[in-house]
Amino acid sequence: MTHAVLPETETRSEPGWLRRNKLAIAPWIFLIPALIFFAIYVVIPIFESLWLSLYQWNGLYDAEGNSTAVWVGFQNYVKLWDDPNFWTSLRNNIAWLVLYMLAVPLGLFIALFLNQTVTGMRFYKSMFFFPFVISQVVVGLIFGWFYNPDFGVVGTVWKAMFCEETTNILGNTTFICERPVPDILSSEQWATYGIIAAGLWPQIAYCMILYLTGLNNVAADQIEAARLDGAKGWKMLWYVVVPQLKPATFIAVVVTVIGALRSFDMIAIMTQGGPFGSTNVLSHYMFEVAISEYGERYGYGSSVATVLFGIMLFFISYFLWRMYQDEKGGR
Amino acid sequence: MFPRPIEKSGTTAKAAYQAFLPVALIMWLLPLLAIFLTSIRSAADINSGNVFGWPSEFALIANYTAVFTQSAAAQYMINSVLITVPTVIISVALACLAGYALAIYRFRVALPLFFLFVAGNFIPFQILMVPVRDMSVQTGLYDTIAGQFLFHAAFQTGFCTLFMRNFIKALPFDLVESARIEGVAEWRIFWYVVLPLVRPAIAALAVLIFTFVWNDFFWANVLTQGESAKPITAGVRALNGQFVNNWHLVSAASLLAAIPPVVCFFLMQRHFIAGLTLGAVK
Repeated sequence: MTHAVLPETETRSEPGWLRRNKLAIAPWIFLIPALIFFAIYVVIPIFESLWLSLYQWNGLYDAEGNSTAVWVGFQNYVKLWDDPNFWTSLRNNIAWLVLYMLAVPLGLFIALFLNQTVTGMRFYKSMFFFPFVISQVVVGLIFGWFYNPDFGVVGTVWKAMFCEETTNILGNTTFICERPVPDILSSEQWATYGIIAAGLWPQIAYCMILYLTGLNNVAADQIEAARLDGAKGWKMLWYVVVPQLKPATFIAVVVTVIGALRSFDMIAIMTQGGPFGSTNVLSHYMFEVAISEYGERYGYGSSVATVLFGIMLFFISYFLWRMYQDEKGGR
Repeated sequence: MFPRPIEKSGTTAKAAYQAFLPVALIMWLLPLLAIFLTSIRSAADINSGNVFGWPSEFALIANYTAVFTQSAAAQYMINSVLITVPTVIISVALACLAGYALAIYRFRVALPLFFLFVAGNFIPFQILMVPVRDMSVQTGLYDTIAGQFLFHAAFQTGFCTLFMRNFIKALPFDLVESARIEGVAEWRIFWYVVLPLVRPAIAALAVLIFTFVWNDFFWANVLTQGESAKPITAGVRALNGQFVNNWHLVSAASLLAAIPPVVCFFLMQRHFIAGLTLGAVK
């Protein structure tokens, strides 16, 4: 069989350098395409952005092809400190982070509700997961319409409850309302919460599917043992089931934190940061600053991106540290 | 099993549970159902405020045709396919190679490199935005299909490598070991031993990356300008501006944009969920 070839390779008097170091070189050959690609589009741009945040630049080049960026040191950050829009965005980011976390327990709740084996359960599980599959742009449009006071669901329900329809002599119908129909997305106070609620919809679905998989793998004997000891309901959930769901919870928290800080699509679709910047978050504010109708402000935008990156790095470090602990323990 | 199987609680409880399921589902998908109903209504219904009621006439075909004839929706859809498919191929191929290297070989920087790919996958897009946009403008890739799929492929390589490396690491290492003893070349081990075994991972990644990239909106805005290279997500936003308050058309366009990932999900459900829940169990 293959042994027939072996002697020849072994008896070669001078095995080449390549052959001797085969196991040291091979990984790099496999890695190089991915590394180069990843370096060009991800690793290097991170450092370029950090560096650019110390410049003022409108993105233009002079006739010789040199960048027109001007070094300003930390001035962009000083400007950021005095920028009320930046603080609004940061505050909204915190609101997103905190409220988005609701997706984790709510996802668990729905997973517990659906963790049965009656006929048709597979269909129900996939339908409950549905909102996660569709684009956030579409979710944003759906909820934008849902909240619309004139045409949407909220408006219609409100009118049915609090308004009286009247028809004037010209045949036009108007509504006389006890309380005006709420226009959630035009309210500086409520718009952010409206968007977060819309964002929760797909996120809950994601957490739910993580927990459904986790519940599938909960050790049955432990549940039975606890049941014999008289544990049930909340106590069983909290002391027996939830500890076993720890890996699922970890991933649910990771994706929810990342999702909350990355929220951009829905804001861009539903309010574009308005009214008066009240729904901006750092990710959207950065985009708005860097590419706006008033010309590009790449340096200032980069400083906003750097702050967001710093916040994210805090979480990423923690996640990587946890993964490192697993790697050490695992093998 | 937790919670206790409903069968054990008697027939009434089971019947009640089964009766409640569809109600819960309708409540959960209410926004989606409402927008579907809207997409098959006529303009007259929208203006008279008929949101929940039975449509006075069905305009399913009329509305969906209108989206295609009155806008560049067809172009946007084609663009989305042209961006998504190469992204999937490139990123999965690169990740098979890189994941193999990081899982099979023991070398000092294997773990740091692995963490680099993982971390890259979590960073905010905004930190990449200005340099990537500038680079695309400089190289003539701005506002092109290639400019978008090259970026997406590079970025998604991070996630794919994370996934592949963990998948290959879980394979029995003896297979590789014994192939080496037999004197099989490293690339042949990769091609003939490992690659056939990672087929489920390739399927899972293909559906996930397809969905992620299809649904991308941010980079579509950063890297394109006109109609020629815009994918459907950014296109739907443009349509939203064009069809102001023509909610029946906006809804139809939104649902059209959602169809490919949905079809993909239902066809490859098992792989899709296996991919998303990787690591959710020990």
